[in-house]
Amino acid sequence: MLDSGFRLKGSVVTTFLLEIQTFSFEEIVSQLQEKIAQVPQFFSQAPIIIDVSKMESLLSLKELEALVLSVNRLGLSVIGWRCHAEKIPEWHADVMVPLLPASKTRQIAISEAAALESRVAKADPDVVIKTVVEERLVSPQTKVITKPIRSGQQVYAEGDLVVLTQVSAGAEVLADGNIHVYGALRGRALAGVKGDINARIFCQSMEAELVSIAGNFMLSDALQDIVWKEGAQVLLVDDNLTVEPL
Amino acid sequence: MALAKIIVVTSGKGGVGKTTSSAAIGTGIALKGHKTVIIDFDVGLRNLDLIMGCERRVVYDFVNVINKEASLSQALIKDKRTKNLFILPASQTRDKEALTEEGVQAVLEELAKDFDYIICDSPAGIERGAQMALYFADVAIVVTNPEVSSVRDSDRILGILQSKSKRAEQGKEPIEEHLLLTRYHPKRVELGEMLSVSDVEDILAIPLLGVIPESEAVLKASNQGTPVILDTESEAGMAYMDAVDRMMGEERPLRFLEVEQKGFFKRLLGG
Repeated sequence: MLDSGFRLKGSVVTTFLLEIQTFSFEEIVSQLQEKIAQVPQFFSQAPIIIDVSKMESLLSLKELEALVLSVNRLGLSVIGWRCHAEKIPEWHADVMVPLLPASKTRQIAISEAAALESRVAKADPDVVIKTVVEERLVSPQTKVITKPIRSGQQVYAEGDLVVLTQVSAGAEVLADGNIHVYGALRGRALAGVKGDINARIFCQSMEAELVSIAGNFMLSDALQDIVWKEGAQVLLVDDNLTVEPL
Repeated sequence: MALAKIIVVTSGKGGVGKTTSSAAIGTGIALKGHKTVIIDFDVGLRNLDLIMGCERRVVYDFVNVINKEASLSQALIKDKRTKNLFILPASQTRDKEALTEEGVQAVLEELAKDFDYIICDSPAGIERGAQMALYFADVAIVVTNPEVSSVRDSDRILGILQSKSKRAEQGKEPIEEHLLLTRYHPKRVELGEMLSVSDVEDILAIPLLGVIPESEAVLKASNQGTPVILDTESEAGMAYMDAVDRMMGEERPLRFLEVEQKGFFKRLLGG
């Protein structure tokens, strides 16, 4: 039992990132609305961060707040915003949602890359630095789950996800990389959630509610006509979601 | 809480037979000579006392004990039919918020000194009442009907057993999970109107403790306030006894899974 009334723990939450390149309020809202309409449950009350660090010029406080309200009204839940570390506006504390630091992994990647760059540069100026850096970035850890993933549970892996048993209906598995299920896949599986179009889903028995690769998804109705209750893989071929028997 | 084994009877979905099963299994374990108490966690919707036929003897309840308004010995009701069996009734006038973690733990710890088995009869749902019923459990009996919504809810509860129980939070050996399939109707399974035992086992992937056939004896027993396991002539009663035997480590083949064959020839040809 606990000595105090609470426990302070670290926690990682999977969120959406709305990365804005060019700001056009109407366009963003209408396009976002369209995306949500495709899979409403998937986005319902989902946490989202508004990221304006890729924008050339910064938004005004008014514009940002209007965007937060509109995104919330679409059924998402804005939990913070991000901007370029060197372009933090004076009014950053006045925004209704907190300003979040830039993605940690990215910072580490960049500083590591920079360190590597300088090291490699000293050793041999002709080496193609870029390739070295990329290799470091594509090796996140594989997560292995040995117990069934039950209805209502959600598992996310930053690299590949390997499930040795089943994924129940009503459960959700997400991975930045590939998803392997060595049992029946009855819930939802979303691979390449950060946009990796080479990610794939493999399962021993395809009975999924939804499969998705880098945002391209297919529902069980469509899956049943292609491969059902047998081994299958899901991949993107020329931007088309393809399901094949194994 | 080292001595008694704490068993939660849970399901997620309502009306699948949790209380009937708690009463039957609790009685069955007591019949085997183990000192057993069944606790009704369904605060506000007190039912266990009716099934056990002791509703007129309820003076103090579980919440009174948690709030230290009564002692355990005042609230415990000794079963009149079965030796070694006690009931701790729920409060009908309170709600589930009355079940505090500290309060429940204190009551369970005190019971654990005296009893061999503590059966926690969980309310439906996945909220406070259900979570408190399963939090301290060593063993879970997941009661499921052979239909899709019940199976889905059982799956959900299995997820909660693995993530929100004390054993899970402290990283101890996980709760031992057992599937109890109730209201099984072989004829309807044959007609494809109901999921079969293997369908449910396939989806939930936990060991099967028993299959209780749909039986008129269950309703009759409930209305009479007699645990159905005492009706040794009924299929449901026998199936519950088999389940208790299996819990105690004995081997019992599954019974009552087939549609009763009509005649000799049909049996010969159908076999």
